[in-house]
Amino acid sequence: MQTTTTSTTTTATTSAQLPQVTEPRNPGTKLDLDWVARVQANTSAIERRCATLPGRRSIKKDHQAAWLLKAVSCIDLTTLSGDDTERRVHRLCAKARQPVQAAMLEAFGMPGLTTGAVCVYHEMIPAAVTALQGSGIPVAAVSTGFPAGLSPFHLRIQEIRESVAAGAEEIDIVISRRHVLEGNWQALYDEMAEMREACGEAHVKAILATGELGSLRNVARASLVCMMAGADFIKTSTGKESVNATLPVTLVMIRAIRDYYEHTGFRVGYKPAGGISKAKDALIYLSLIKEELGDRWLQPDLFRFGASSLLGDIERQLEHHLTGAYSAGYRHAMG
Amino acid sequence: MTVKEIFESMDYGLAPEAAGDALAWIVDQGARFGHFINGEFTDHTDGFDSKNPATGEVLATLSQATQAEVDAAVKAARTAQPKWAKSGGHARARVLYAIARLLQKHSRLFAVLETLDNGKPIRESRDIDVPLAQRHFYYHAGMAQLMDAELPDREALGVCGQIIPWNFPLLMLAWKIAPALAMGNTVVLKPAEYTSLTALLFADICRQAGVPKGVINIVTGDGAVGEMIVNADVDKVAFTGSTAVGRRIREATAGTGKSLTLELGGKSPYIVFDDADLDSAVEGLVDAIWFNQGQVCCAGSRLLVHEPVADAFYAKLRARMDKLRIGDPLDKSIDVGAVVDPVQLDTITDMVRSNSAGEVYQTQTALPATGCYYPPTLITGLHTADPLMQEEIFGPVLVSTTFRTPSEAVELANNTRYGLAATLWTENVNLALDVAPKLAAGVVWVNATNLFDAAAGFGGVRESGFGREGGWEGLLAYTRSKGNAKTLKPIAAYTGDDTPSDPLDRTAKLYIGGKQARPDGGYSRNVYGKNGALLGQSSLANRKDVRNAVEAAAAAKGWAKTTGHLRAQILYYIAENLAARGDEFAHRLNALQGGRSGDKEVEATIQRLFTYAAWADKYDGAAKGVPLRGVALAMNEPTGIIAGLCPDDAPLLGLVSLMAPAIAMGNRVVLAASQPFPLAATDFYQIVETSDVPAGVVNILTGNHADMATHMAKHLNVDAVWSFSGTDLSATIERDAAGNLKRTWVNHGKMRDWMGSEGEGKAFLQAATEVKTIWVPYGE
Repeated sequence: MQTTTTSTTTTATTSAQLPQVTEPRNPGTKLDLDWVARVQANTSAIERRCATLPGRRSIKKDHQAAWLLKAVSCIDLTTLSGDDTERRVHRLCAKARQPVQAAMLEAFGMPGLTTGAVCVYHEMIPAAVTALQGSGIPVAAVSTGFPAGLSPFHLRIQEIRESVAAGAEEIDIVISRRHVLEGNWQALYDEMAEMREACGEAHVKAILATGELGSLRNVARASLVCMMAGADFIKTSTGKESVNATLPVTLVMIRAIRDYYEHTGFRVGYKPAGGISKAKDALIYLSLIKEELGDRWLQPDLFRFGASSLLGDIERQLEHHLTGAYSAGYRHAMG
Repeated sequence: MTVKEIFESMDYGLAPEAAGDALAWIVDQGARFGHFINGEFTDHTDGFDSKNPATGEVLATLSQATQAEVDAAVKAARTAQPKWAKSGGHARARVLYAIARLLQKHSRLFAVLETLDNGKPIRESRDIDVPLAQRHFYYHAGMAQLMDAELPDREALGVCGQIIPWNFPLLMLAWKIAPALAMGNTVVLKPAEYTSLTALLFADICRQAGVPKGVINIVTGDGAVGEMIVNADVDKVAFTGSTAVGRRIREATAGTGKSLTLELGGKSPYIVFDDADLDSAVEGLVDAIWFNQGQVCCAGSRLLVHEPVADAFYAKLRARMDKLRIGDPLDKSIDVGAVVDPVQLDTITDMVRSNSAGEVYQTQTALPATGCYYPPTLITGLHTADPLMQEEIFGPVLVSTTFRTPSEAVELANNTRYGLAATLWTENVNLALDVAPKLAAGVVWVNATNLFDAAAGFGGVRESGFGREGGWEGLLAYTRSKGNAKTLKPIAAYTGDDTPSDPLDRTAKLYIGGKQARPDGGYSRNVYGKNGALLGQSSLANRKDVRNAVEAAAAAKGWAKTTGHLRAQILYYIAENLAARGDEFAHRLNALQGGRSGDKEVEATIQRLFTYAAWADKYDGAAKGVPLRGVALAMNEPTGIIAGLCPDDAPLLGLVSLMAPAIAMGNRVVLAASQPFPLAATDFYQIVETSDVPAGVVNILTGNHADMATHMAKHLNVDAVWSFSGTDLSATIERDAAGNLKRTWVNHGKMRDWMGSEGEGKAFLQAATEVKTIWVPYGE
């Protein structure tokens, strides 16, 4: 469980990364196949909405700085590499605690800002938990045979249990894409429900791997089924597919979240992951969330960026905001 | 607000576009403008203020053109025109290309100036109006380049008088000027008095683009100046604006021989079927009715929702409305800006206030304290009988009702005097492709709305006007066939003694609804041959006969849905049956007209029938190369009910020359036979009767053309009137056609050689069809 009282820094802001802090968890519903079948997603219209949004919303000056700081607070700072080591994870965690230079945060009046979480593979959980001790930053672990999710099902469930036991407070599971591609919504629902069960108190993010689902309609349907089965978050991608987070996919998924909220009263979180590396992109994502879901979702308990290089670009933009001079990457601590 | 406070609130804040450069341009011009005539700006004279509707501030003072100034502009255009036309397609292409480039180079200046002047959000002027204006000049630079090769039989009309509205000031200028110049015309253009500034900036850049003096002339002023242009020595009037003014222009130009295109009002339906992507359809409405504050002729202003999803859709729509940001149009995060003028704001306010039906929902967002703002409004639960479902509001007000079935959706959609655009949302391709052709509109958008491109024709049917802008079809409005037609000499009926030449009395009747009908009035006249012999009596049709014929034609609407192949078969059958009685017809023609050319006319008539039997399944539409993933289909649809006054000469060939292209394209016709020689037509209805032509598709009247013409032109269920009568009825027809703004095609007293190539071909097919552009974006 995430707590808010263990912070060792005197300037810590209240951490509210986890949904249970302010929101009741989504308990799920029965699988409603009629609803699933009703879902439509018109690709060209969705693309037009996304293509014109950056021209419809412009965030400048102090507002831009504040929005970028908000983006920082929503980042799941991530390393998911075969060559990860404990010390490399320690460095990443240090960056999560101090994502932006302390002096800059002071200048913005935002000392103590941290990222939303650190996201690692199972084997790196202990290292991350140790490094983040007392920071209030949760550890998220990718799980269930990430990224393909094709290892034996009982092992996938067991992996979740072990990750939770190791101290992960958030579990990013991958769904079986074949259930979507075969139209086997019952199987997807059952799988998701069982994974949610295995997570216990840990929060579960369902990675849909949208780049492999074939159509936006499938993305919308898979989103709904995972929410019905109790997902706390739905997440676009593993970062390992050839196409990862995109604005059209985002629009489809957050509209599904909105529909689910309107039907059930439960707010499910959203995490785009992979391919978001520019500060400008982060602003567009945030404005899309604001427009389609509303301000409540602009908090780390309901929104995360799964990103590794985004933070560096945001730091440069923030420094530019303070100094008026364009910044250089080497001036900012690497994560 | 501190950064931390914003971090908590996540507000957008202000993002104003700088207006400095645009204001500086106005100051550089002295903030007082004259007109642009013959390549120079005239001195400022008495005029009026141009204001920023968002603030009420005066931007500049403009001049009200005098008659002398309009005359000078027209004279400059007249003088420049021959050389401009002769300079050749390539030379004109270079100039249009330079204009396009300059519009691009100064794009932000144009966008900011447009927003200052008009009140539309900078996002729209920057991302839509100005890029589309550029695109129009690029596209038509290409048309100029291709004209010599691709349109060898067409030539410029001459001087075009163009009057444009205030809702898309620069874009409408581009739509008007680009095709006119490409085809070798010169122009005198009047921007709307509320929004003249971008036209004057455009004039400024024309000098840099190498536009020869006099080719583009811009005069400013109110409707009185527009009237002067309409009445001036121009060859064509192109107008975009209200239906009421369009009607007056139709009346004013009647009989003058001036070519006319009108792009008028609308009350365009926006249909949402139960299988649509509802969220996307809601978002589409933002672009349909809240785009440019709803001040869009083709705005999807009449929402028709399928009953099973109506409540859910309205809930989503209201939630979306509350997200709209209303305010300073120069702010880059504004969705809805200022209405163009306090007068327009009052009109909108009064119209909504006068309505007591339905449920009114207005956005909860606060409006700016000053400036011309109206809240986005949705009125649900209205019915077709409510005035707001019928009248164009021209503001951010959406009205709505529900439907039960696709056919009811079509009926509701078409239950309007207008016919500009329509939008439909469904994920079912069968439904979309079934409904789109049934909608009475010049443009249909499937799963999208307000898509425009220079390659795709835009324009309406019914009281939304006639003519198309954009594409190859748009060039028709700025060219004419080469060649000078001679003046038509009236042909008087022969007189003679009262000795019958037929051994047995035959009764020539009218042919209405597939039946031979006696004339309502009970009057006939004697028909004599050249030699004075009494050939028989022909009926004198009156207005009730015209009415009955139109009723019969209206009832035969199934003809429009028949296949081209079937219509070809019937045309061949007519030819076959005529050939079988060829000698008899030749004899009749000789007896009526004198001479011995009857057999030649019969032969030409059979050939003509073959020509249009050939065309019946070959007058193809097009798939336009528009810049999106999707297609814009240009479909040739029948015009509807065409009333035709047949030539007096060539009494058989003339009749068939009108009838055959019309019915080949799926129209129904009411034809007034040759006035002096009616008996060939009354013989011919026997051929029609025996050739499988469904009742009501062809109706033939005889009598006095002048009597019938006015009733045809005034009839509100007639979609077009063609006149090739030997009596020049052009003025009457064009004036009386203003009632429902039906299309007219009249001879202005000029001859046409019915035996020759000008007696048939594309011109007839074009007149017999309306181009409907159906946009189908796709993608999975």
